[in-house]
Amino acid sequence: MSVGTRFAGPAASGARSRGRAADRIGDGVLRGLCLIASALAVLAIGAIVYQVAHGASPAISRFGLSFLTHSTWQPNFERFGAGVLLYGTAVTSFATLLLAVPIGVSIALYLSMVAPQRLRGVIGPLVEMLAAIPTVILGFWGILVFGPFLQAHVEPFLHSAFGFLPIFGGAQTTGTGLFNATLILTIMVVPIIASISRDLFLTVPQELKDGATALGATRWEVIRGVVIPSAASGVVAATFLALGRALGEAIAVTQVIGAGNAIHTSLFKTGDTLASRIADQFPSAITKLHIGSLFYLGLILLVIELVANIGAQFIGRRFDVGRGLAQ
Amino acid sequence: MAENPFGGDRPDEEAPPEPRAAETLDPATLLSRSDNLRRRQLVSRFVTASQTASALLAVAVLCTVVYSVASRGASVLSLDFLTKNPPEIGHPGGGIAPALVGTGVLIAMATAIAAPMGILVALYLTEFAGRRSQPALRLAIDLLNGLPSIIVGLFVFGLLVVGHHQSGFAAAFALSIVILPLIARATQEVLLLVPSSLREAADALGVSHWRTVLGVVLPTASGGILTATILAVARAAGETAPLLLTSTIFAPGVSLNPFSHEGLSSIPFYIFTASEEADRFGFARAWGAAFVLLMFILLANIGGRAISRRSMVSR
Repeated sequence: MSVGTRFAGPAASGARSRGRAADRIGDGVLRGLCLIASALAVLAIGAIVYQVAHGASPAISRFGLSFLTHSTWQPNFERFGAGVLLYGTAVTSFATLLLAVPIGVSIALYLSMVAPQRLRGVIGPLVEMLAAIPTVILGFWGILVFGPFLQAHVEPFLHSAFGFLPIFGGAQTTGTGLFNATLILTIMVVPIIASISRDLFLTVPQELKDGATALGATRWEVIRGVVIPSAASGVVAATFLALGRALGEAIAVTQVIGAGNAIHTSLFKTGDTLASRIADQFPSAITKLHIGSLFYLGLILLVIELVANIGAQFIGRRFDVGRGLAQ
Repeated sequence: MAENPFGGDRPDEEAPPEPRAAETLDPATLLSRSDNLRRRQLVSRFVTASQTASALLAVAVLCTVVYSVASRGASVLSLDFLTKNPPEIGHPGGGIAPALVGTGVLIAMATAIAAPMGILVALYLTEFAGRRSQPALRLAIDLLNGLPSIIVGLFVFGLLVVGHHQSGFAAAFALSIVILPLIARATQEVLLLVPSSLREAADALGVSHWRTVLGVVLPTASGGILTATILAVARAAGETAPLLLTSTIFAPGVSLNPFSHEGLSSIPFYIFTASEEADRFGFARAWGAAFVLLMFILLANIGGRAISRRSMVSR
């Protein structure tokens, strides 16, 4: 409106002030809308914490902190404890990171340093597409295709080759269990680590890499001496984000982990995680205490997730790692 | 002598510890190939090969999953499959029409809630937020993004389902919370790429801020925003966990009403229930449903990326 009003005579001054007023209102409205949307997004976090804690209150008042250490879970007897689930969550998440970090970082290095330019544009999106597969499809595939394959080929092999390690016990009758869940989770989080790390590695200044090469370093020495150290905190942050994903995945894990109620050292046996127990039992939970206990699991998970994510943001504050998850 | 300057190798027999300073050596020895150099190159080549293998492994897994779903699901696909109701458990035939329609309604609603909100949040981040509020808001969005969707499901269950009833709206609301941070974050990235010269030109013409935003910034970024929205729709279409807590009880037929006293059927939940039941006809239909869902998501991803590559401002 204000465009061209410079030459307007007194007759147009009314229109000009009306235009100014409209602009003021427009600015205010837009600013207000943005502010409201942002405030809602921030409030949502508080509301989520409140609702989950509120839902968990029957179980918290009944069991208190002993919920964390007890390992019986018997809905019919109103006895609930998260011990087995905490163990299952810890084992699957740890084993997932053990597999996914080296593979993810390797892929990131391949995409940022090794692959020819034309292949990068093909393989990069393909790896990211792996993250786009819905977890329910991955879990369904995990039960019907991957599980039987593991049970028939991989588990007997690992048992015969590394059977002296208690984690590789005898093969079970089905392919469901902690091992299957770990591998499915690995498939889910490798793309996260790979795409965040690749973006970080690409930001390492070319002069540093060239300098190292000029000093006679091989490609691996450039990677070890220059690329990884300068992006290390970002890779750690990416690992925390991946950990958050692995801890919180409910659907695919429920499908392939077998809903066990005991602690086994063998990875081939069944188990359960916090998130998968919620997904498994919530639709059929009826009693207040059962629902409350599932909410309690959610509260534990929520606290761990917030710590992992804030940790990731803090460690990776030099980099903008959060955008990696949004892709 | 090839003492590695980057600490990459442990010193071994070939590199005696005394002559550390290079000036004590004849320069020619530095240029001659030593066993150590050969070993370093071997290590480097081995690592490069393993990196290539990792990337190929990831692509192979993608192909395996897609092939598994396609080979089992494509044969189920037919017009009847897309337009009929599922039969009772243990019976062959039938289709996934209610789930297909339900998922359509859910993602349309979730996007209708999350896309405007997400764009407004992104605008606030790039246009209005101060030095202190910007990092705080970005942290909140990233935390929201990092929350497991099952937690979002618990939240919406406590907020909308307890004391009321399940509904398609509750499910769509939960999905919108899951995709809001995706849209906000990706939109913010695109908005940051809008050339400042465009803004400055608008400012120089005396255009007010809100007109600049609506008339210059958003149109310039529209391609990227569209991509962000498409990717978010793809994400919402496959999300299962929130539905498990908000939309599991529904009438057998096709329903379009998200505000009825029941939930809406959906493809992810259909696959999930089929995977929990030992019914081979159910499995067959679930493979078909998985094929439809996976094709939709992969095409949305490819399409979304193509749009962002073509648009003026791309990610």
